[in-house]
Amino acid sequence: MSSTTNSPTHHTSTIGAIGAPSRRNTELALLVFAVVIPVFAYANVGLAINDEVPTGLLGYGLGLGLLAGVGHLVVRKFAPYADPLMLPLATLLNGLGLVVIWRLDQSQRLQLSSTYIEASPRQLLNSALGVALFIAVLVFLKDHRVLQRYTYISMAAAMVLLLLPLVPGLGADETFGAKIWISIPGLGTIQPGEFAKIIIAVFFAGYLMVKRDALALASRRFMGLYLPRGRDLGPILVVWAMSILILVFETDLGSSLLFFGMFVIMLYVATERTSWIVFGLLMSAVGAVGVASFEPHVQQRVQAWLDPMKEYELSKQGIIGHSEQSMEALWAFGSGGTLGTGLGQGNSDLIGFAANSDFILATFGEELGLAGVMAILLLYGLIVERGIRTALAARDPFGKLLSVGLSGAFALQVFVVAGGVLGLIPLTGMTLPFVAYGGSSVIANWALIGILLRISDTARRPAPMPAANPDAEMTQVVRP
Amino acid sequence: MNKPLRRIALFCGILVLALLIRDNWLQYVKADALRTDTKNRRVSIERYATPRGDIIVDGKAITGSVATKGTDYKYKRTWKNGEMWAPVTGYSSQIVGATQLENLEDGILTGNDDRLFFRNTLDMITGKKKEGGSVVTTLNAAAQKAAFEGLGNKKGAVAAIDPATGGILALASTPSYDPSTFAGISSKDGETFTKLEKDKDKPMLNRALRETYPPGSTFKVVTAAAALENGKANGIDEPTDTPDPYRLPQSTYDLTNEHGACKNATLRDALEVSCNTVFANLSDQVGNEKMIEQADKFGFNDSKLDIPVRAAESVYPKDNRPQNALSGIGQASTRATPLQMAMVSAAVANDGKLMKPYMVDQLRASNLDTIETHEPEELSQAVSGDTAQKLQAMMETVVKTGTGAKAQIPGVTVGGKTGTAQHGLKNSEKPYAWFISYAKLSDGSSPVAVAVVVEDGSANRDDISGGGLAAPIARNVMKAVIDSKK
Repeated sequence: MSSTTNSPTHHTSTIGAIGAPSRRNTELALLVFAVVIPVFAYANVGLAINDEVPTGLLGYGLGLGLLAGVGHLVVRKFAPYADPLMLPLATLLNGLGLVVIWRLDQSQRLQLSSTYIEASPRQLLNSALGVALFIAVLVFLKDHRVLQRYTYISMAAAMVLLLLPLVPGLGADETFGAKIWISIPGLGTIQPGEFAKIIIAVFFAGYLMVKRDALALASRRFMGLYLPRGRDLGPILVVWAMSILILVFETDLGSSLLFFGMFVIMLYVATERTSWIVFGLLMSAVGAVGVASFEPHVQQRVQAWLDPMKEYELSKQGIIGHSEQSMEALWAFGSGGTLGTGLGQGNSDLIGFAANSDFILATFGEELGLAGVMAILLLYGLIVERGIRTALAARDPFGKLLSVGLSGAFALQVFVVAGGVLGLIPLTGMTLPFVAYGGSSVIANWALIGILLRISDTARRPAPMPAANPDAEMTQVVRP
Repeated sequence: MNKPLRRIALFCGILVLALLIRDNWLQYVKADALRTDTKNRRVSIERYATPRGDIIVDGKAITGSVATKGTDYKYKRTWKNGEMWAPVTGYSSQIVGATQLENLEDGILTGNDDRLFFRNTLDMITGKKKEGGSVVTTLNAAAQKAAFEGLGNKKGAVAAIDPATGGILALASTPSYDPSTFAGISSKDGETFTKLEKDKDKPMLNRALRETYPPGSTFKVVTAAAALENGKANGIDEPTDTPDPYRLPQSTYDLTNEHGACKNATLRDALEVSCNTVFANLSDQVGNEKMIEQADKFGFNDSKLDIPVRAAESVYPKDNRPQNALSGIGQASTRATPLQMAMVSAAVANDGKLMKPYMVDQLRASNLDTIETHEPEELSQAVSGDTAQKLQAMMETVVKTGTGAKAQIPGVTVGGKTGTAQHGLKNSEKPYAWFISYAKLSDGSSPVAVAVVVEDGSANRDDISGGGLAAPIARNVMKAVIDSKK
């Protein structure tokens, strides 16, 4: 990070490294690990559960290898200077997720459930679709600044996507608390919020890039804080209201937090005004407390978080609306201990419904232990920090804002879902990126990585060689 | 824009750090508490993951395990003659948990006991499956059968002890239940259990250990012991100074006797025909404090008697003079478990020395290596050897010529005491029939002491007496023990 600061001279150092290594071979080497580790884990599960190497090992290994290989070749061709870590990290998480989903598919306990479906083949297909979208992004999005043109279209699209689950006949039943799914006949259910996350980041980036000066400069100082002008408060109020609406009408705590958090992060980065953070936190607090005071779904989540044991008892007594999953997840983590039971040897399937999606981290916790969960969390941490590194390296404000928005949203999502399962914060129904079962999540997150790679490729790409001028000294090129 | 970007990077780092700290808290600090939480189903899954070790009586297993088709629990507990053995083993049910020996010795039975750690580690390395160890009990199958069949369809309990060691030979309680009927996880198992729990006859109550009754006249043995130990009676054949009827102290209530000549009766005669007046008077003379002291020496007022299953506390209360006089004949607030009265009888038979009752002789690993052996332990010297001899002489007279004649065994000296304890408001309910006794062989050793209580609602009130209902059961239990030693 030290190679880049905000002073213009240092910007040149990023460009000036003409002929900088593309790091594509590093990526390839890391990808080998990212494929081999899940393959071993897959064999491990088979040996633990059925005492034999699973028959699907070859197909699965080839499948994951193929996805990684194609992804790598496309990056090599279309984004040669892109960050070398993100593709291997995403591949590794996706691979491990597939292994654990397959492991939970083998659970007799879950097979008895009426909602059981064999999830791993679908997840492999989802991953393939995700990588396809990743490739499409890299191939067709030659320059991320193109997205700037679609600022307001993005806003409209995001709104539509977020509101879709509320459309009667389209929205899936509110079976599990939150109204965040839509069902399309023949395609299954989709969580449009996952895609909205990316599209809304494009809108925020485009909007803030234009308005940042107005938001940052036109303000009065009061008690050490820059107070924005009333009319500049408009956008943040609109986004805040939208988050509240999502919370109230879709009862989706996670998405609400995610969108608002992302906006505050981007607003802060765009304006460099700490006061926005203060306003953001204040408004979050007002919104959260306000909604919690009348929305029973939210109240119940908070109660379950404060006393998971009581929630468990209530659920065991058969009282509708309560779930024993939180307590089961805590037991799974505790029973895993430091090193875990080993893949395939735990009882995390006691969590029952959503063991392979919202609660998948608990299976990692029980079977790979503290060590495994810390490794997974650090992998996420690395993706986020590489994303922010991309934002630092980006030379255009739109790219900076978009990459920090996407990375921040990714970080918030990991925090919200992992924190919820670990009992650090109230549980919200969200999926752990790449790992959890769920088509929308995997596909959208691959697209997210694609966009980050595109921005980082643009940022790290050496400037074109200036025309040779024998009369002048070599000059450094400073790009805007 | 880079300064806020760095701060955002730091902020995201803090988010990840918070998750890491929380995870360490859960999976390191709280891990053990969560892992061993009894509500955590993994605990019972582990319990039934391998065939459970057995509880052994006379070298034979009285329990077993069968494989099940369930996904959670691989094996299920079974019992051989569960109704008879339930008061000894308790139950081990997948749906409601475990009690008594099945619960207390769970570590050995599942093979998870810390003392098996080294062996388990070795087994893991050599690839052998973990197996449960066995619990060897002191019980005598023939005595248990005699007790259980003797009680038959009557309500009651039997406790038999080896006076020399304290080893429990029989522990029966009726009506009983078959723990096999709810050992599984199905809703049918749950319903069976609920039905048993709600049954007004309380089949799941272990009456031998966990129920206290007014001991009635059998308690007169304790009062006699207190009188002899405290010098309130000189000899067992010297007349006492007792009016008939006897007016309770500080009271206008006249205590009478059911039968016999009790005026100034000797201690031996008073016990033989069970004179209320004599023993109430003696209890008053000894005084509440000394009576409590004597009762305590026999094991009363001990709330922590574990054999290893905890027995209910038998009580001889602190009370005023008239109540204390009544307590001395086993009425008023005196309460005793059948086990407690067997201990009284056993202490007398063992020359005054009360051994701590126990029913687990050995704990064994799955390969039959002994892990722990119980050493007989003295609980107290209840009475002096001399007093014990006198009490024996009196109790033997009771069986030879008195109310306990039905307990006689040819060729064996039997000492005993009957009791018919009244209870209920104004003694309106049908009384409990008691009998406590011991058998003595020709070499002077005593292999068994027993206490029987029958709470029979179906019998005619006048027919309920310790000598009639309870003594034959005691005789059969003692005979079974003596026969099995031959």
